[in-house]
Amino acid sequence: MMRFILPFVIFLILSVFLYKGLGRDTREVPSPLVGRAAPAFVLPLLHEPGKVFSPKEMQGRVWLLNVWASWCGACKDEHPVLMALSQQNVVPIVGLDYKDKAIDGEMTLKKAGDPYSLVIADADGKVGFDYGVYGVPETYVIDKAGIIAYKLIGAVTAQNLREKILPLVAELQAK
Amino acid sequence: MKYLLMLALLLPTLSFAEVAKDIADDPVMERRMMLLAEKVRCLVCQSEPVSNSHSDWSKDVRQIMRDKMKAGATDQEILDLLVERFGKSVLFDPPVDKETMPLWSAPFILLLLGGAGLYYQLKKRRGEVAEAELSTQDEQRAAQLLNESPAALNEKTAAQKETQA
Amino acid sequence: MIPELGHFSLIVALCLAIILGVLPILGAARNNSVFMGVARPLAYGQLLFVGLAFAALANAFLSNDFSVLYVAQHSNSQLPGQYRFAAIWGGHEGSLLLWALFLTVWTAAVARFSRHLPEEMVARVLGVMGLISVGFLLFMLFTSSPFERLLPAAADGRDLNPLLQDPGLVIHPPMLYMGYVGFSVAYAFAISALLGGKLDATWARWSRPWTTVAWVFMTIGIALGSGWAYYELGWGGWWFWDPVENASFMPWLLGTALIHSLAVTEKRGAFKSWTVLLAIAAFSLSLLGTFLVRSGVLTSVHSFAADPRRGIFILSFLVLVIGASLLLFAWRAPKVGLGGKFDMLSRESLLLSNNVLLSVASASVFIGTLYPLFMDALGYGKLSVGPPYFEAVFVPLMIPMVFMMGLGPLARWKKMAVPDLARRVQWGFAGALVLALLLPLVMGKFLSLESDKWSPMIVLGLLMAFWIIASLVISLRQRLSGQGTLMHRVRRQSLSYYGMQLAHLGVALFIVGVTLVKGYETERDVRMNVGDTVMAGGYEFRFNGVTETQGPNYVAGVGHVTVNKDGKLVGELTPEKRQYNVSGMPLTEAAIQTGVFRDLYVSLGEAIPESDGAWAVRVYIKPFIDWIWAGSLLMALGGLLAVSDRRYRIHKKAVSGSQSTVDGSQSEGAAS
Repeated sequence: MMRFILPFVIFLILSVFLYKGLGRDTREVPSPLVGRAAPAFVLPLLHEPGKVFSPKEMQGRVWLLNVWASWCGACKDEHPVLMALSQQNVVPIVGLDYKDKAIDGEMTLKKAGDPYSLVIADADGKVGFDYGVYGVPETYVIDKAGIIAYKLIGAVTAQNLREKILPLVAELQAK
Repeated sequence: MKYLLMLALLLPTLSFAEVAKDIADDPVMERRMMLLAEKVRCLVCQSEPVSNSHSDWSKDVRQIMRDKMKAGATDQEILDLLVERFGKSVLFDPPVDKETMPLWSAPFILLLLGGAGLYYQLKKRRGEVAEAELSTQDEQRAAQLLNESPAALNEKTAAQKETQA
Repeated sequence: MIPELGHFSLIVALCLAIILGVLPILGAARNNSVFMGVARPLAYGQLLFVGLAFAALANAFLSNDFSVLYVAQHSNSQLPGQYRFAAIWGGHEGSLLLWALFLTVWTAAVARFSRHLPEEMVARVLGVMGLISVGFLLFMLFTSSPFERLLPAAADGRDLNPLLQDPGLVIHPPMLYMGYVGFSVAYAFAISALLGGKLDATWARWSRPWTTVAWVFMTIGIALGSGWAYYELGWGGWWFWDPVENASFMPWLLGTALIHSLAVTEKRGAFKSWTVLLAIAAFSLSLLGTFLVRSGVLTSVHSFAADPRRGIFILSFLVLVIGASLLLFAWRAPKVGLGGKFDMLSRESLLLSNNVLLSVASASVFIGTLYPLFMDALGYGKLSVGPPYFEAVFVPLMIPMVFMMGLGPLARWKKMAVPDLARRVQWGFAGALVLALLLPLVMGKFLSLESDKWSPMIVLGLLMAFWIIASLVISLRQRLSGQGTLMHRVRRQSLSYYGMQLAHLGVALFIVGVTLVKGYETERDVRMNVGDTVMAGGYEFRFNGVTETQGPNYVAGVGHVTVNKDGKLVGELTPEKRQYNVSGMPLTEAAIQTGVFRDLYVSLGEAIPESDGAWAVRVYIKPFIDWIWAGSLLMALGGLLAVSDRRYRIHKKAVSGSQSTVDGSQSEGAAS
């Protein structure tokens, strides 16, 4: 009488899946860009619009690309963490001011401090789109060869910095 | 009074009105864009397509779709681009591939199984129940079945049914 | 103090539920009538105490008691009274209390209307429902009490989500929950039958009216939800295949299957184990829906704030309830007899094929909804399944289903010859086909569109609808022919027959609505200066600007749009763009003029910057869209008619000589 036990078996398998699904974060979308070359771009600097920056300049170094904006609430949460990180001087952080007015961006940094090695302005969000940005803040770890090694969606915290980002940076730098 | 009211109603039609312009420069393309946007999930919303979302991100994606369409990209190229940037989960309409084979085939496999199961059950029942309660009436009918051609039998039962109803 | 009393009432209710879940079932097993006798009083007591708890929460909301955390999170002193009341079920904790309240209402209803059932059956049914109640009350008391205090009290509340401040929300969730919870009765009947080991046709007869009533509530609930989405989300859509919508749709589909298979089980005593399984599955899906909405495993617009602890609790409860039921099923079902005889083609077999299709449809929705979760759990990464998938899968399944829906009522019980059936329906089908082919040729003119649109999908949709109507007419003609006056003949048919036909007619109207709105809707997205006009579907919309008004708890820009047709004023529409004071959330309130053949639908987009009062305005003409809800309502009405049929009142148990004998397995109904 196998067929009568079948519903129970199917349900059992299903509940295992449901259990596994409990912890998952439905918001998070893994970036398909991880493991691929960081998209190239040329953008003006926020502070000196006359000058431009391109990822090529970071060739040979491990760096962080942090997408932020003055209008973004969670960016304020991660800001002190980034400040602390910049003081340790372990890895350069490039800030990308995403879909922001230059004045607002500058004012924010002036008030709260500037953790970035340099800040670029992506006023129309075109570069952000190329990087698959959909929720600011986002942080990319990019290796010496210009490959995106990791993408964090949401705020950088002391915890994910300690557990994920810094070990990864150290590992990449050692290569 | 009545005339005043009528006048008031007529007034708007008399003023110098213009025919409103479509928001989109190209309504045909806009329609195509919206149809495509229905297949794209808004990543910052919960479960809304880009076509129905008020979020900034969706507005950006719609604009990018317009730009790409203007530049001559096909729908598939635009979807491919979005997948390249944001991953497969951006598609509401998952393409048929190795991972989604079970998804797309499940309904039809289930239907086949269900249909076959029902057919088998009905057939089995017919045998078992007939055995269990073979009445004289059934015996007569069985005899008829053996003697008569199916067509004749059908007509006969049909006639019986008519009189019963 | 009152919130504490509410909390205390829940604890008392839990104690009563525990006794209700244990003693009567034990009593039924040992034939102890004292133990069985406590079931009814306990059911009423349970209702009383959960009712008290609900009243306590209602009091907290209505008196703006922001020292209660749940009230502070979901209400505000500015919120109008009716929404303060509806806010009770605007969040997780309160809606759970509503669930529990309805469960006790259904339990008490079974206790009240089961005077003529065997004592041990009543004891078991009430006991099983008591056990479910234990689970929900425990869940509430341990993880989600709505009575938790906030110290110090908040000065004011955070307000109810503006999307939910709507008359639709006042009635949609209660209706839906009545449906969800109502399936627990069918479930409890099935489990009691399995427990008692007497799985005969009487069981089917008893649970039929309960199942139908639950199904009616659910139908109305889903229709209301869809209507709410139509006017509140501002896109003119009426169904989005959102996981939470699907969570209500799956049990509805299975419930529909259950209603039909109960008919087969009752008349023929056949497929009993399948029917029992359906009853278990329909309620299981109701529970699963609760889990999906509240555990955060799926993304949805409507889901409550996710909390893994709650997820674990509901999942454990699910595994316990569903797992135990399915084990019981596996143990007892094989001993079930076969029941009466019927042929390969008969009304029974048609009903059962419809069961297969409805179940497969439900399973497909299930797979589509949960597939992202499966893939993620297996490590294949993330993907999304949305409306395109569901539409692609659902429509092909519904076509054969509708075809059989037309045949079913025409086919005879037990046996039907193919040529006979074919002869009966051939003209009806031909008529439906011709009409479906021709109607699109004039539809465009009728709806004042620029061109007629003839597409295979429209023809197919119309064919299905007309086919149902044609079969209905054939069936009526057949039934009403004969001797006596027409009135007499009309009265001779049972109410359940009319109910069935009315529900089927509802499906036809629903299909007409879906088909025509999809095929012929007109949409214009325009930039309008004050005084500008736009033409859509023969109507001229004039934008007369936006004025500002003050709502009870929001400020709104109200657009004034007059609509003319052929120079005659049709009406004024006032779409709103609201900004709620507390949350600051913007909300688009569409303005709709409903009509039998079309809705005029206007919603405001954004004000156009650097212009002289110009706005982006969306204008839709939605032909026949209200038929979707009219159809759903007819389905519900049909259900009600069927329930009010005297023959399905429980007190008339096993009356010999009634047209359909109760246990068709033993005595084949003499007349077909």
